[in-house]
Amino acid sequence: MSLTTQDVTKVARLARLAMNEAEIEAARSQLSGIFELIAEMQAVDTKGIEPMSHAQDVSQRLRVDKVSESNQREAFQAIAPQVENGLYLVPKVIE
Amino acid sequence: MFESSLRQQGDALRAKKISSVELTQLYLDRIAALNPRLNAFITLNQDMSLAQAHKADARLASGQGDLLTGIPIAQKDIFCAKGWLTTCGSKMLHNFVSPYDAHIISQFNNAGAVNLGKTNMDEFAMGSSNETSHYGTVKNPWDTSRVPGGSSGGSAATVAARLCAAATGTDTGGSIRQPAALCGISGLKPTYGLVSRYGMIAFASSLDQAGPMARSAEDLALLLNTMVGFDERDSTSLQREVEDYACNLNKPLSGLRIGLPKEFFADGLDNDVAQAVETAIAEYKNLGATIIDITLPNSRLSVPVYYVLAPAEASSNLSRFDGVRYGYRAPEYTDLADMYEKSRSQGFGEEVKRRIMIGTYVLSHGYYDAYYLQAQKIRRLIAQDFTEAYKHCDVIMGPTSPSTAFKLGEKGDDPVQMYLSDIYTIAVNLAGLPGMSIPCGFGENNMPVGLQIIGNYFDEARMLNVAHQYQLATDWHNRVPQGLQGNE
Repeated sequence: MSLTTQDVTKVARLARLAMNEAEIEAARSQLSGIFELIAEMQAVDTKGIEPMSHAQDVSQRLRVDKVSESNQREAFQAIAPQVENGLYLVPKVIE
Repeated sequence: MFESSLRQQGDALRAKKISSVELTQLYLDRIAALNPRLNAFITLNQDMSLAQAHKADARLASGQGDLLTGIPIAQKDIFCAKGWLTTCGSKMLHNFVSPYDAHIISQFNNAGAVNLGKTNMDEFAMGSSNETSHYGTVKNPWDTSRVPGGSSGGSAATVAARLCAAATGTDTGGSIRQPAALCGISGLKPTYGLVSRYGMIAFASSLDQAGPMARSAEDLALLLNTMVGFDERDSTSLQREVEDYACNLNKPLSGLRIGLPKEFFADGLDNDVAQAVETAIAEYKNLGATIIDITLPNSRLSVPVYYVLAPAEASSNLSRFDGVRYGYRAPEYTDLADMYEKSRSQGFGEEVKRRIMIGTYVLSHGYYDAYYLQAQKIRRLIAQDFTEAYKHCDVIMGPTSPSTAFKLGEKGDDPVQMYLSDIYTIAVNLAGLPGMSIPCGFGENNMPVGLQIIGNYFDEARMLNVAHQYQLATDWHNRVPQGLQGNE
């Protein structure tokens, strides 16, 4: 399978990855090779087969809805790129 | 002392023949002398390691020493350890000093083990050669012009070079077993769900599993006993009765049924690897095992299935890295979207971006059924092959990797060639089964060959028994790379 430049540009945008033209072209050729490898599974007849999402057939555990973690705001914000008055700073999103 | 087993080190510590501080310093000195040629560690912190060693010595002095108390263990840099830089091999986490401990780090701390340092790895565990690490490639101790395998290449190299007696690894598609094979050490990936994933930086959550890497099966059993256990903070952690993985080590192997899948000995397997594996199988016959021919017809599809499922899960897991709460943020940007895009583009390496792109594509509108759902259905067929096979045998054996360690840079330009080096290990992750690799000889250029042992679900004690009996009869696991035997 061969991907188009538009396909790769769209995927890069969805994945929030900035890529220039040269990078898009390099990605296009490498991803096309990988999808050729992946294409091998398209011919397999999987009618009636249940999809397998996990190795063990167990159901998800639930827990009581109560606070289990203590507040560690200072420890967590000490490693943040930019904070002020206990808030994470990002560029302005609303005028 | 740096050549002795975990049990010997533990005995010496409890008998006060050596202190934990002395043992830790011995390894730190050895690392300082020999690591520059291997690059097996990303972070060393002598002060923190020695502080833990002092605590261990106090515990040993009070007679409260456990089997691992005072023993230095190298931790893969994918495990969050409080106060330690935890990079996962990525520029994205170049400044991430973890504020908390992963579950297995707590388990080792509770046992009184010493964190010797954080080992180098492929970025976010995506790679089979350690060449995707932001912190430089790890070199194979047997030949520094060759790769150590990946992604747990730093852990494998450091054990092989005797820079520590034991290390931890993680295995999503072969990342413990393949580097163990390429570096001539023993490594075990447990049944999915046995070891908590809490604090282990996520790659593909339905496949990721942590496990021990050491010289012998006996040492692996000791480490596994410490690593397993139910943890409510991991939603896929399994609640099971405590088991002693060392309890079966000494059982004789007479009557053992070994399944050999014909698909693991077909085209694509190098002759030198095939020869070493066949010699190992012959040794097992001497030990009383019977050989059964089996087939895993869908295993040929494991690489394509894996390269849909693992990138899909990775693209979701890695969406958290956005430059807001921790990790790398681009120095310049115009608005919020630009900040996300630039931080991610500059913070992630090429292979990680490639896998995020594959994952984003297969999960995108219109492609989900054809790729993701189809891959999940074939995943079940692959798992069913194993269930069928285990009706006829107790363990499955074959090569861990189709070749011995390749040259640095040899597969750098071709991701597909790199992906195919995990052809014998991936099916095990897809099925969620336990698998291990032990050294079974040398191939061309005197590079180590690994024998893969695949067990049924929760059959780790039997696998370790099978490996231990082989290691009693052979000495491949005791071989040390040239130039690393002494303290030069």
